[in-house]
Amino acid sequence: MPDHSNIEIALGPCFFNWPADRLLDFYRGIAEEADIDRVYLGEVVCGKRMPFTDAIWPDVIEMLTKAGKQVVLSGLAQPVNKREREILRQQAGYDMPIEINDLSMVPGRAGLEFTAGPFLNVYNEASLRLLADRGATAWCPPVELPLVSIQKIAALVPEVDIELFAFGRLPLALSSRCYHARAHGLRKDACQFVCDRDPDGMNIATLDDRRFLATNGIQTLSDAVHVAGVTSGQLQATGIRRLRLSPHSVDMAKVAGSFRRFLDGDLTCDELNADLASQGLPGPVCNAYLAGDAGWKKATLPA
Amino acid sequence: MQTHPSSESLPPLVSSLVAPLPKPPMEALLSTLTRRLVARRPDLIRRLGDVVRVPIAIVPDDLPHAFLLSLDPDNSRVRICDKSRIGDARAIVRAPFLALLGLLDGTYDGDALFFSRDLRIEGRTEHVLALRNTLEEADLTPGEFFGLSGQSADWVNTISDKLLGQVRAFAQKSAHADCSRQKLS
Amino acid sequence: MRSTEAKQMELVCPAGTPAALRAAAEAGADAIYCGLANETNARNFPGLNFSPEELADGVAFAHRKGSKVLVAINTFARAGDVDLWREAVDTAAQSGADAVIAADLAVLDHAASNHPDLRLHLSVQAAANTPEAIRFYADTFGVKRVVLPRVLSVPEIAALNKEINVETEVFVFGGLCVMTEGRCSLSSYATGKSPNLTGVCSPPEHVDYTEDADGRLLARLGGFTIDSFEAGQAAGYPTLCKGQFTAEGKTGYLFEDPVSLNAFELLGELSKAGVTALKIEGRQRGKAYIAGVVGAFRKAVDSLSDGGDPGPAIGALKAFSEGGRQTAGSYKKTWR
Repeated sequence: MPDHSNIEIALGPCFFNWPADRLLDFYRGIAEEADIDRVYLGEVVCGKRMPFTDAIWPDVIEMLTKAGKQVVLSGLAQPVNKREREILRQQAGYDMPIEINDLSMVPGRAGLEFTAGPFLNVYNEASLRLLADRGATAWCPPVELPLVSIQKIAALVPEVDIELFAFGRLPLALSSRCYHARAHGLRKDACQFVCDRDPDGMNIATLDDRRFLATNGIQTLSDAVHVAGVTSGQLQATGIRRLRLSPHSVDMAKVAGSFRRFLDGDLTCDELNADLASQGLPGPVCNAYLAGDAGWKKATLPA
Repeated sequence: MQTHPSSESLPPLVSSLVAPLPKPPMEALLSTLTRRLVARRPDLIRRLGDVVRVPIAIVPDDLPHAFLLSLDPDNSRVRICDKSRIGDARAIVRAPFLALLGLLDGTYDGDALFFSRDLRIEGRTEHVLALRNTLEEADLTPGEFFGLSGQSADWVNTISDKLLGQVRAFAQKSAHADCSRQKLS
Repeated sequence: MRSTEAKQMELVCPAGTPAALRAAAEAGADAIYCGLANETNARNFPGLNFSPEELADGVAFAHRKGSKVLVAINTFARAGDVDLWREAVDTAAQSGADAVIAADLAVLDHAASNHPDLRLHLSVQAAANTPEAIRFYADTFGVKRVVLPRVLSVPEIAALNKEINVETEVFVFGGLCVMTEGRCSLSSYATGKSPNLTGVCSPPEHVDYTEDADGRLLARLGGFTIDSFEAGQAAGYPTLCKGQFTAEGKTGYLFEDPVSLNAFELLGELSKAGVTALKIEGRQRGKAYIAGVVGAFRKAVDSLSDGGDPGPAIGALKAFSEGGRQTAGSYKKTWR
């Protein structure tokens, strides 16, 4: 048996508006979870939420670092005002790993390494090469990029670590308008932070009553939960070194455990899907973006 | 500028006058003119893409017949058939006759006709889009369609512009009268 | 730094076909933007766009009429096939076009490295909305103008213009992306085709319309019913961001109503905000739209200096708008 255990597992930044004490509890649990190697944290969706959680991050970073996790600070994906731009400018200079989710942050990071996040429009080898020349050492591709494209890029830019978005509702769109506020008859400027009512996003159904999307403030996600059931061997053949699990209200330590067993060959892809589905996911399992098909569908992935 | 054709149906009288007209000579004429146009403008074939392989039905709401269009460069033809016999068509475009004419010569914008519900699409949307976009580029003035150039084209275009303008005005007036009658009753 | 007594704003108009390009030039466009007939441009619909020969002819025609031509190569290059996008830039340069509008780092890099004299505009698809992001593109690739994403209010545009040294171009009429441009995968989630990569949002081969016996029009995308219009009710494009959905027990237009942008009333403010160019959306539209909208906005822009009344011409544009309705979108902060 070849040793596939060197595919790492990372926990992505939490997209949702969870209160500070819930986040503290959440990361306390993650610190104890052996199967997670790397943790991305920080607010990436809405700058308005930042003041509620700003105070906890130093403690969370210290706690996770002590537990042996590599901690990466994720930057805001759509900075809009002076305050948010100033935060990004400061973060860009931090002496710790950071993930860039808006190109605004690249000049400020000059000379320092960074992870290119999934909100950047990097779709080809030449774009990734350009960012690698400016310090990108890791890259999480946009969620709609199929495995064949990732494989081509990985082969041509081998010095960048590639991390695949592997679990969670898919981040599909950003807007300047807040859909949580709009659905509650409010405006973004006086939103009352109603997005905190839906810890996995607000469910959206189509006119034919099919569950379809979920909103999270200015962000729109898939209803279905993307599960990249790609075996360790196939991941290595594609040039992927790490899987990213996106936090939801299910027990993420348990989710990471399932992925570890899958990567170790103890679960098949079908067993992984069934195992995760039994844990109470916010939507059905999907994965077809990886096969170049509609993201909501379920495709057979190369074993 | 014409933007709102919503009330431009042909009066029923016109439709019933057109109904018994003999179809074969019209089909032959339209087919010949289409074939000549396609031969003259190979760029249009590139624009049509897959549409050249599929029949498309054009169904004027206010005429008794439908037009079945095949734009195969080797054998383009226009068939005039009963509205119930367009089963072969991969896409169907329905609109009042004058709106369809306005699309043909660029007087109307296809999307605006769609927004106002004057234009309806069934079947393969991509074929309708390709046809619509090709017609935009074809600049199908009556002169161009008849293969005329120079002064004779200008002459035909001017006359048909005037005629169509009058027909549109007449259609609007009769629609208006219809409306008033309905309000009175 | 630009003075507040700005020179007349440039009117940038769409052309999906050579015929539309001619119509735009005749109607008084200062610049016309168009794309090649492949996935390198973000309006890659069947039957639209230009062959290399048509582009060269179009540039020559536009230049004779005093209009510039900007070539949109504004999708993101497919992995392993970047050369198709690079060749599009080469074709644009050879055609004599006045600028290329691009979004992808790879495309910008190719243009900057190989065609240093070709003017570069940053496409709205790059979603650069901060001075830092815009400066990155200006410093790295020599971008001269940025088309602003539709997320900024007019005061924010004014503040932005004070912090950057490149020109700004803003949308003033036509189809309105509700999501941030270039950062939306809704269409690919439903259909499998990414607008960012293929240049098609709501690809027509995945769109299906049916009208039921009551005249109700149902629009489907990828098999999902995304909108329903009663008989006689004005319809819109089959895009997810303007579809009807159910959330929290209520059914309606969750993201945005079927509506188009019309920022006519804000032209004076946009000029004061230091905006260089005004963009009209609609490369998929017909000559009637081009002539009507370009003509009306020509009058509107001219009226800022000559005091004419463009009101009636602008008023006539309503029928060209989705759902027959118009909005000032994010230019007014209350839209958010």
